[in-house]
Amino acid sequence: MATIISRRQVLADNWQLLKRAADGSIEIPSDGDVIVPLSTWLEQRDALVKRTGQLGVWLEGSDDPALLVADLEHFALIAVHFQQFTDGRGYSIARLLRARYGWQRELRAVGDVLRDQLFYLSSCGFNTFALRADQNVQAAMTAFEDFSEAYQGSVERPQPLFRRRSLIQHEDTQKAAI
Amino acid sequence: MYLYDEIDQRLVDERVAQFRDQTRRFLAGELSEDDFRPLRLQNGLYIQRFAPMLRIAIPYGFLASRQLRALACIARKWDRGYGHFSTRQNIQFNWPKLEDVPDILAKLATVQMHAIQTSGNCIRNTTTDHFAGTAPDEIVDPLVWCEIIRQWSTFHPEFAYLPRKFKIAVSGSESDRAATRVHDIGLQATRDAAGKVGFRVLAGGGLGRTPLLGAVMREFMPWQHLLTYLEAILRVYNRYGRRDNKYRARIKILVKELTPDVFRAQVEDEWSHLQGSASTLTADEVQRVEQRFTRPGYRKSDALSPGYVLALSRDKAFSNWVRRNVQPHKVAGYAAVTLSLKKTGAPPGDATADQMDAIADLADRFSFSELRVSHEQNLILADVRQTDLFDLWQQARALGLATPNIGLITNIIACPGGDFCSLANAKSIPVAEALQRRFDDLDYLHDIGELDLNISGCMNSCGHHHIGHIGILGVDKQGAEYYQISIGGAQGNQAALGKVLGPSVSQAEVPDVIERLIELYLERRDSEEERFIDVVRRIGIEPFKEYVYGNHHQPAASPRRQLATA
Ligand code: SF4
Repeated sequence: MATIISRRQVLADNWQLLKRAADGSIEIPSDGDVIVPLSTWLEQRDALVKRTGQLGVWLEGSDDPALLVADLEHFALIAVHFQQFTDGRGYSIARLLRARYGWQRELRAVGDVLRDQLFYLSSCGFNTFALRADQNVQAAMTAFEDFSEAYQGSVERPQPLFRRRSLIQHEDTQKAAI
Repeated sequence: MYLYDEIDQRLVDERVAQFRDQTRRFLAGELSEDDFRPLRLQNGLYIQRFAPMLRIAIPYGFLASRQLRALACIARKWDRGYGHFSTRQNIQFNWPKLEDVPDILAKLATVQMHAIQTSGNCIRNTTTDHFAGTAPDEIVDPLVWCEIIRQWSTFHPEFAYLPRKFKIAVSGSESDRAATRVHDIGLQATRDAAGKVGFRVLAGGGLGRTPLLGAVMREFMPWQHLLTYLEAILRVYNRYGRRDNKYRARIKILVKELTPDVFRAQVEDEWSHLQGSASTLTADEVQRVEQRFTRPGYRKSDALSPGYVLALSRDKAFSNWVRRNVQPHKVAGYAAVTLSLKKTGAPPGDATADQMDAIADLADRFSFSELRVSHEQNLILADVRQTDLFDLWQQARALGLATPNIGLITNIIACPGGDFCSLANAKSIPVAEALQRRFDDLDYLHDIGELDLNISGCMNSCGHHHIGHIGILGVDKQGAEYYQISIGGAQGNQAALGKVLGPSVSQAEVPDVIERLIELYLERRDSEEERFIDVVRRIGIEPFKEYVYGNHHQPAASPRRQLATA
């Protein structure tokens, strides 16, 4: 059973990520939880909403998340596929989904997802991670603690550091006083 | 100098720990070369021709004397006793060992320094005018804005894997001394009709293979919105910049391919969503950053001290140096002094560990323990009392740092080139040295007057050859090292890109060609006031081309020596 990191725990993964075959066809099992490509959703939405089992959709870095704005209620999960971890478009897609389009459910990073990018990915709003097969999932958990602060706002903590700084320093002096 | 608070320090310390672990995993074979590469690049570590090269950030070119001493210590302990100041206001070490880099970074962190984002496809060190804070015409202090941008861009989670590197420059005054038009984003402080402060925002400028000047995104953006607007530009670039071809991946190509108008419309659309969000700056934050800067405690002095005036009239060498290497200051009785790292025979921008220590001593004694790195690869003591100038000059001269050539042809800007850089087509250091030797006569040098000469070892243009009055570019001609020469480039408000003079020439021919350019200039100039660049602008490139290449054309009588036809 494949595993994923979900809300900073290692869990078994029940989702099936569906990809198109070389000829463009795609086979969709009649039940079970599936994640379909964006184009499949756009073509077969009527059939897909009638399925039993949960539905997710996945985007490539080149896809526009704005295409999903009216459809969000149909999904339990949105995934963003990283063809290469150095392709940073998925970070902007995550920010848009979270901050602009109001997506609050599971946002998953899939593909070339490595330990050393987890901190930034999670700052941009990803909350589950299907790591590349060669990664040590247990060891990767420490990545979320790489930094204890960030200058920028994140999805979990929207206020940038400059709006929190005086509060933090105030707390510190209070602690020091105790 | 911005002083870190506890949080700034903690983030840098955590970065060292993170990279130490990544290096350990790489050396243990747990992290592949491909997976490690972007990580080490974002910590300043390149693999060069002979050894790794470590590029250390000197944010907006500011350095305290204790930091310079730490760099000297690193040069001695982990390198070969010297470092190279680059055109990006960084310092580079050419001989560190990969396994030592975490220790070097830890040493840097003890003096509030780092190598964060000095390489890789991310937002790089923000640069500014090297006279920032001392220039009389400033609308804002660009250092404060550079630091605000430094914090915003440091570990920005959304923009760590851009299509390509990204450079921002800030000018605090209307006169552009920060080359804002040839950066990915250029910010120029300005006021609106009501006198409010903001920035003119330019995007899509850059040098390299396709040199372009930036397009205006906003004539005036109130300062409060600076970060959200930067975020909008970066997001459009991150999503739509080309990733299929690294030579087409800079933002300038996106702006050009979309056209500036379409690109601007996309940015404005993005910004309409970000406007007013939590990243909107507050007056409190600007003030907080301002207050964390140490400021020189100037003493009241006369505009002109009698001893100084006397020394000027008595000592020609001193007055020559003052004329070239000393700049006026907004505070009466003070001056800014450039220590030249362009002594003939030393690679441009190189300083030995002993020189660094000695310069740190000079900064302690003469300039409030601070100094700056100019993008012309020299070091600047920005706050020197006029009454100290003669003393300083004598000491600098003894250290080989008082070559009076700032702004002159021998103040050559050169990238490390083929001696160190694995991307190079050709060497740049020996070319610089040959030119410095050719123009070694001081009177001749001063007669030629102001001239920027830039050398890049390849199209990546680290030596900014496009904006040199004379630019020299290393090219590969059937496996041999050749040089393409261009003239007419300029930085500043009159920024322009140089035009290629003609077919490339061999290394041995370069000094002859340059000398012929100078001959024609001296011949055609209207008066001593008319600089080389002015003459090129007035008469165009053709006469120069003909004078250098046209062999049936009778060369003008040389004022200095008779040359074989180039
Ligand atoms: S211009 Fe080319 S040769 Fe020179 S440092 Fe840059 S990449 Fe290397």
